Amino acid sequence: MEYLILFLPLLGSIIGYFGKGLGDKFSVLITSLFISISAILSTIVFYNGAINNIYGNYKIFEWINSGKFIVNWSINVDPLSSVMLVVVTLISSLVHIYSIGYMKNDPHKPRFMSYLSLFTFAMLTLIVSDNFLQLFFGWEGVGLSSYLLIGYWYKKNSANNAAIKAFLVNRVGDFGLAIGIFLIFFHLGTVNYQEVFRLIPEFSNVNVNFLGLEINLITLICLFLFMGAMGKSAQFFLHTWLPDAMEGPTPVSALIHAATMVTAGVFLVVRCSPIFEFSQIALNTVAIIGMITAVFAASVALVQNDIKRIIAYSTCSQLGYMFFAAGVGAYHVAIFHLFTHAFFKALLFLGSGSVIHAFNDEQDIREMGGVWKKLPYTWVLMLIGTLALTGFPFLSGFYSKDAIIEFAYLKHSIVGYSAASVGIITAFLTAIYSWRLLFLTFHGKYNNKKTSLEKTHESPIIMLIPLIILGIGAVLSGILFKDFFIGKDSISFWQDSIFFINELSHEYLPLWLILITPIIVTIAIPVSYYYFINNPKILENFKSSYNKIYNFLLNKWYFDEIYEFIFVKPLKKLGDLFWKKGDEKTIDRFGPDGISKVVRYISNKAIKFQTGFIYDYAFVMLIGLSALITYLILK
Amino acid sequence: MNFPILSSIIFLPLLGALFIFLSQSKTSSIKSAIYVSLFTSIANFLLSIFLWYSFDRNFTGFQFVEDKNWISGLIKFKLGIDGISILFIVLTTFIAPICILSCINSVKTRIKEFLIAILVLETFMLGVFCSLDLVIFYLFFEAGLIPMFLIIGIWGGPRRVYSAYKFFLYTLLGSVLMLIAIIAIYWISGTTDFVQILEFKIPKEYQYILWLAFFSSFAVKLPMWPVHTWLPDAHVEAPTAGSVILASILLKMAGYGFLRFSVGMFPVASEYFTPLVYTLSIIAIIYTSLVALMQEDMKKLIAYSSVAHMGYVTLGIFTFTKQGIDGSIYQMISHGLISAALFLSVGVLYDRTHSRMINSYGGIVNILPKFSLIFMIFTLSALGIPGTSGFIGEFLVLIGIFQKNYFVAILATLGVILAAAYMLWLYKRVIFGNLKSNTIKEIKDINISEGLVLSLLAIATIVFGFYPEPILDTISVSSDYLIENYKKDLAYHLMVKK
Repeated sequence: MEYLILFLPLLGSIIGYFGKGLGDKFSVLITSLFISISAILSTIVFYNGAINNIYGNYKIFEWINSGKFIVNWSINVDPLSSVMLVVVTLISSLVHIYSIGYMKNDPHKPRFMSYLSLFTFAMLTLIVSDNFLQLFFGWEGVGLSSYLLIGYWYKKNSANNAAIKAFLVNRVGDFGLAIGIFLIFFHLGTVNYQEVFRLIPEFSNVNVNFLGLEINLITLICLFLFMGAMGKSAQFFLHTWLPDAMEGPTPVSALIHAATMVTAGVFLVVRCSPIFEFSQIALNTVAIIGMITAVFAASVALVQNDIKRIIAYSTCSQLGYMFFAAGVGAYHVAIFHLFTHAFFKALLFLGSGSVIHAFNDEQDIREMGGVWKKLPYTWVLMLIGTLALTGFPFLSGFYSKDAIIEFAYLKHSIVGYSAASVGIITAFLTAIYSWRLLFLTFHGKYNNKKTSLEKTHESPIIMLIPLIILGIGAVLSGILFKDFFIGKDSISFWQDSIFFINELSHEYLPLWLILITPIIVTIAIPVSYYYFINNPKILENFKSSYNKIYNFLLNKWYFDEIYEFIFVKPLKKLGDLFWKKGDEKTIDRFGPDGISKVVRYISNKAIKFQTGFIYDYAFVMLIGLSALITYLILK
Repeated sequence: MNFPILSSIIFLPLLGALFIFLSQSKTSSIKSAIYVSLFTSIANFLLSIFLWYSFDRNFTGFQFVEDKNWISGLIKFKLGIDGISILFIVLTTFIAPICILSCINSVKTRIKEFLIAILVLETFMLGVFCSLDLVIFYLFFEAGLIPMFLIIGIWGGPRRVYSAYKFFLYTLLGSVLMLIAIIAIYWISGTTDFVQILEFKIPKEYQYILWLAFFSSFAVKLPMWPVHTWLPDAHVEAPTAGSVILASILLKMAGYGFLRFSVGMFPVASEYFTPLVYTLSIIAIIYTSLVALMQEDMKKLIAYSSVAHMGYVTLGIFTFTKQGIDGSIYQMISHGLISAALFLSVGVLYDRTHSRMINSYGGIVNILPKFSLIFMIFTLSALGIPGTSGFIGEFLVLIGIFQKNYFVAILATLGVILAAAYMLWLYKRVIFGNLKSNTIKEIKDINISEGLVLSLLAIATIVFGFYPEPILDTISVSSDYLIENYKKDLAYHLMVKK
């Protein structure tokens, strides 16, 4: 069964791609069917694991065997991977089904569906790996499928550039991950999780000399692994690709850039909790980067106008939550937030796809508004998604987000307290931008000039069904699973797939902390309605009087410009310099061309001697002779 | 030794070439010439597969040894293979029929002579990988220059004469030094038999200078920075089949040379010069990757990327670790497949439009969807996506180098990012976008022979990405033996000092 879960998506992808001769419908059906079967099987595996405690490790075959470096293709099912299996296959199957409607008029449907399935396969290999190398395979594999899907509309130059950017920034992260794996193999002699985790405690005091710095080995490994996680999960410094990735079709954004792939970084940190637990420095780094990302992305999301970009920054920010949760040692809460986030964020993305569909491919929220009556289902579902995201009481986001803040607070350390405050502040910002999105999109005046109000339309049923399922998930996934994931059953559920050195405290929380977040997010609703719908003038004035801050946020803190200036341009210049000045002007000029010139020069000179006139030769002979005689005499 | 299978493999192509040469009288026999050459090269491939099959993977040392006197008492015609050379033999015999198939589409004049040149070249290349005598090795190694020189000089592009001479000058200069070194070795040890030299153990004080002499030859052929500039020019002017052989096999002869001769005969010097090799390799990786990024000519870009990829090979060899050496051999085999495929792909475009310039393309996917898919696979293998053969070689090399030097390893790993940059950018500019010019609107997608060749290569790169065992298993004993020997020799020489 585990084999089927893993290989059905791959099979679907291949059959879907090469079976396009049998018609688009065939490809679309086969991919969706296979992925749905895979999702059902995953649920069974999850159930078997959670209730009957059936887990296992299956070796498929040996991949690489070179000296001590032995790596297998394997399927490892444990509590952590079974949770991820459910998230990935479930969201993926819903996105497949949704795409049937969304991509209806696209001429290359088989290719699209095939890529989606390929992505799912890569993501699954990442999750079920029992070693770092297969993880790396999946890691790059999802990067590749993300590249293919972002650039799916290959005629659009911006889409192609965004695809390359995503791949390259991810590769920077992958570089870190690779170095981390090298370090692990070099010092521990294996890349198998179990063996690594078993050996790690022995190394807790080992220092290595790394490029002249004396550093604790485990800290070093963690920092490099985390660099990989930062790339994939779009954390601060390596986040720039995620908003651009919105050039891809919306179902892709929902699946890859919200629910699954970007959470791989969180998964990695949680998976490696037996390593991270031994390095306080690394954990603090994770927490700090997570906090910065959470606030930064939320601040940028406040002023963006593209509906998908707002949600993309929101994803970035929520990933920040997950990271600082992991950074304060609450790995299970991080996974819980990952789980609930997958539902409501996929819902928001697919919902926004539905909105974009309704407005005939308009993405600017300033060009929308006033359609909530025309799109009742989409509106309700988006409302649910927004409520869940902001952490409105008793919806899924409420449980996971509050748990993060509470666990951070209970840590009773500087990092813990600041994480808790960042969590609260970001929750407020999240509420503001989310409601701004919802109000500007659905309420107020109708602002679109290209499409008339009458022409906007609700999406077909095939797109709504996945939305409804996700909506149910967004409402219930928190309340249903909180005991399992973070509550009283959590220790027996996670078993040893998550590792804590110190038991997390479950002491009594102050009442104000429990109440503050729900109160803030609830207040945010009328506040944003007032500012964005009733009295937008106030904001306009604010915008013009604080122009600099506004532009700073609008231009995403100028990250793209800075990177262009310090990386892209100098590297291109350097390449040009090496080529024109290095190869052509130096090596060739003094190398082969130089030699041939010298040879030609000398032979030209030599030719002059061969004039063909006797008296010339006689003259030369005479000079030579006299020189010889002079030499002999002087000697 | 009953059946001289190695000699048969080496000389079968020559026989085919002779056959074509003798039947040259009629003009209508072009087709039959193609059939003859295809037949011989495929037969040779099957023969080498048989060889691989009957090869004993658990045997250390050389197998299928043939030992005949050539010039009595002086030079022996000695052949033999181990787990490393067998793979290069199979690679060579695999690439040869592919080249012959490709020239049906691309070579328009003097096809028979072209086929003869390719077959003769195949003989020489196979000879290099089988020789166990330094003189024989040298002869095959240098003889290979001649057909390649002719292939570039006769069937090449507009600047073919310049490129051919540049190629010749560079490679000859290095090899003269190697010849002198071989004479010196004979003078020191009294033999040119490789196996006997290994037992003899060349004294330490000679090793440095001899190593440098061999190095100068191999470094040019590989090529390493800064003697790489002949390669882009040679590739640009060479016809497709020439580029394919050059990239996938001729370059590997140098890597093979390092592995077998430099490391084998001069362990002390190899250890001593390791920093030099690391430095040059790292420069090759970073420098040429950046240069590749800026190229406007597709073939030049791929040529520069070859230099960068070969940088990993030298890095891996000179780690003297199991993973490093396995990785560099794997990288050579994989690069043999991938670079062949990339040059063939460029050849496909060139045959149709007669342009190698990147900016004359764009939007190819709209008219050549099949080609675009296959080209994507090779692009990805070239940038080392896991699941393709390119990844395994690179990753093993990096693991190997990481055990020696963090700093070098980090720089080398940075090269992987650059590889992604130049390959994806190339792909984007050529394949994606809107169809740019009307002149290329009419061209057709790949035909059967092109499709067959390219998909064969694509399948090979993917299969060896997921299931590298056939190759790694074949190398394993030989690379163990190589490292063990190396360590023993090193220890021996250190003891002698005391």
